[in-house]
Amino acid sequence: MKTEKIVQELGLDVKCGGDYLDKKVTGGYTGDLLSDVMGNSKEGYIWITRQVHQNIVAVASLKELAGIILINSSEPTRETLEKAEAEGIPIMVSNLPAFEISGKIYNLLMSEI
Amino acid sequence: MEETNRNIYSGQFDIEGGNFNAAGTVSTSIKSILKKLNIPGEIVRKAAIVSYEAEINVVSYAKKAVVRLTVAPKKVHIEVDDTGPGIPNIELAMQEGYSTADQRIREMGFGAGMGLSNIKNYSDEFHIESEVGKGTRLQMTIQTP
Ligand SMILES: Nc1ncnc2c1ncn2[C@@H]1O[C@H](COP(=O)(O)OP(=O)(O)OP(=O)(O)O)[C@@H](O)[C@H]1O
Ligand SMILES: [Mg+2]
Repeated sequence: MKTEKIVQELGLDVKCGGDYLDKKVTGGYTGDLLSDVMGNSKEGYIWITRQVHQNIVAVASLKELAGIILINSSEPTRETLEKAEAEGIPIMVSNLPAFEISGKIYNLLMSEI
Repeated sequence: MEETNRNIYSGQFDIEGGNFNAAGTVSTSIKSILKKLNIPGEIVRKAAIVSYEAEINVVSYAKKAVVRLTVAPKKVHIEVDDTGPGIPNIELAMQEGYSTADQRIREMGFGAGMGLSNIKNYSDEFHIESEVGKGTRLQMTIQTP
């Protein structure tokens, strides 16, 4: 499943990186601690978090994640958006809390196999 | 023949302590250099993780650091040599969950106490030495197949 499909199914608000939604999503990881995500996410994962600081972009880029979903309608900072656009990392916003959005994405990904 | 003398690449980078806006730029450079050298993806990703964690620790706790990247035919070696407060108890610092990160650092999502553990887990060889009041030096080796 591509990031694009998740955006459509869950009505996510794409804040930047709209040209990079065709990456295959291989899984997901939910967390707000950067070292936790650094250690436990894998290439192609979608990352669900409440962190909005620009440091999330380096993590996503170094780990080659498919994109970042911000929860609870969190607003990314301007620096975050600029960096993410430059690195080709989609940042999407959901109005749902982490538990709900994670569950929905889990179901979507599982429905595919 | 001494294989280790035939380095494919060697380079040096500086990290500035306290500058969270630039945090991650050195590890990003290391990653793109390794990619250009056609190092296998899995090795590049390991190198990215260990250099990122070391870089963030310098930005969080030290004054400055010099990073030396060496690529030899069978391994990638990364050394991070910082000038800073040093680590009084390395065994404690290595424990997952132990952190002295302050509120400002934690607000950005750091301070889980997992960085050094990640470095240990994702490198094939890891050495850490530190002198209080002087600085800390990390050496990480990742073997290439
Ligand atoms: N370069 C350094 N100079 C001084 N102290 C350090 C350095 N690196 C690590 N430390 C000390 O070791 C502790 C543990 O480091 P570690 O990277 O494992 O976790 P953390 O930085 O606290 O949190 P995380 O990496 O999960 O965001 C730090 O909180 C700090 O006290
Ligand atoms: Mg750390």
